[in-house]
Amino acid sequence: MSADTMTKPIVLKGRKVVGGVAEGEALVTRETISGWGGVHAMTGTIIESRHELKGQSFADKILVFPGAKGSSGWSAVFHTARLAGAAPRAMVFNQMTTKAALGAVVMRIPTVTGLDRDPLDIIETGDFVRVDGDAGTVEIWKAR
Amino acid sequence: MVGLTGEERDMLEGKQGAAVQKAMELLVRYADALGAERFVETNNVAGVPGSSHAWLKDYYKEDGGDYRAVFSRFDLDSDEVVDVPRMNAYSCHLQGGMDPTLWSEQGMTREAFDNFASDEQETAAHGVQILKTCTPYIAGNVPVMGEHCAWMESSAVVFCNSVIGARTNTEGRESTSAAMLTKRIPDWGFHRPEYRKGQHKIDVQLPIDDVFDWGMLGYFTGEAVQEEIPVLDGPITRASLIRHKHFGAAAASSGGVEMYHMVGITPEAPTLDAAFGTNTPRNTFVYDAKERRRIYEMLNAVGDSSAVDYVMLGCPHYSIEQIAYAAHLIEGRKVSANSALWVFTSRAVKATADANGYTKILRDAGALLMTDTCSAISQAMPKGTRVAAFDSAKQVHYLPAIMGIEGWYGTTEECIDAACTAKWEGKLQ
Repeated sequence: MSADTMTKPIVLKGRKVVGGVAEGEALVTRETISGWGGVHAMTGTIIESRHELKGQSFADKILVFPGAKGSSGWSAVFHTARLAGAAPRAMVFNQMTTKAALGAVVMRIPTVTGLDRDPLDIIETGDFVRVDGDAGTVEIWKAR
Repeated sequence: MVGLTGEERDMLEGKQGAAVQKAMELLVRYADALGAERFVETNNVAGVPGSSHAWLKDYYKEDGGDYRAVFSRFDLDSDEVVDVPRMNAYSCHLQGGMDPTLWSEQGMTREAFDNFASDEQETAAHGVQILKTCTPYIAGNVPVMGEHCAWMESSAVVFCNSVIGARTNTEGRESTSAAMLTKRIPDWGFHRPEYRKGQHKIDVQLPIDDVFDWGMLGYFTGEAVQEEIPVLDGPITRASLIRHKHFGAAAASSGGVEMYHMVGITPEAPTLDAAFGTNTPRNTFVYDAKERRRIYEMLNAVGDSSAVDYVMLGCPHYSIEQIAYAAHLIEGRKVSANSALWVFTSRAVKATADANGYTKILRDAGALLMTDTCSAISQAMPKGTRVAAFDSAKQVHYLPAIMGIEGWYGTTEECIDAACTAKWEGKLQ
């Protein structure tokens, strides 16, 4: 399914964290994500006890989340996920932290933050999303 | 793009060599991602430069599969391999993967040890101090108030900002390795005075006067404020390095606290007003006897069986005062045949423990004093561990989740008793 053949998208505007363009299926959580001790780098699976995405992988998804938390090993775990082929295609998050910024940089994936509307209110898991890091935009085609 | 000084531009253009250039390129990408307008100079960097397990070396096999390849490709996120000179900043290596002499007891293979030893030789050869601890501030690296640092390790970051009044964000492996070469880190977040003011108030309504209670209050605080800055006010007494160490580690585990203020105790909080500056507290959280009980029960929710087969002390790494106390508690007693006691510290502190005879007292009792790592970092526990006990809220938060075991939180006295009886009898007093 190509985005071009679908109806007009919802467009959110924010700012670039890392440039580039990627599109794919959204994986959305309202819970912050821990890197070290919270993610299995080889598969991109969330392993944190009690996390709402526990057991799900962000590999090849557009990861939409409030922000990063936990250990300073965040960037190294997400960096390793990139090497293992388990990184997300792009990221959209709300709260800027050194963990999330450095993680996005070393994963080298389009990433946007500071959007004009809360992406967690608009994007649901399964929606088709295109992230344009350079333009700082997120386009959303609702799955339903 | 982030503003650069003449020297920073020279670094970016390669005038200080290829490795410094690659490091600066990474830091510019990072500063731009953050939205930082400039860099600050730092001469105090704590990270884990170039250390890697076999998987990473194997991944970079075509680049040579060695320290140089890992440092270039992973630490500096460079597409090409460069020669890595001695580090320019005063730099130290934080905790690592195993004890340098008790690795076999920790279940490590000879092959893994050889890899560890070879990384350590390279680390030392590049001028990085081998502190091998999560507590650099009690192993020879004590910043001063206002000093710009670039540190990893959440429990050390929160100590550095809150207790010392030095300035660091929670840096990552790549940013610290790059800072070791460039002596630069983005001027963002905790480097800026306005960012360091309180955002939430914690109203403490009962006396907090020992390390066990400081740890629980820390866990409560992190859960309440998440990544933001709390100001604690109330009858918090007998502040000490150990108590701050356990409070901060707990707050950085249940939430992501990188800085806290305690009114009349921490250096940037002489008064409540000074701690908040121009901020108005967004929330007030009350810590009373009911909340204390709730936190105790939460920390002990991963405990069911009272048959404790492992007691781990030293998260964050024990200070010499804590080792002396543990030795005092166990002298003349024996660790049960059905249990084990491992105590973790830094090499610097262990040298003092050796000189004082504490290492021998622990060993005579059947306990081991280990350095460099801990059970969570190394994923090393005594064989067959099912139920562990801790005097650290941080460790009971992480280890049971990582290793799939049960865990108990209690006082140091309760933990030593559990090691000697193989039975958990902890209670909230």
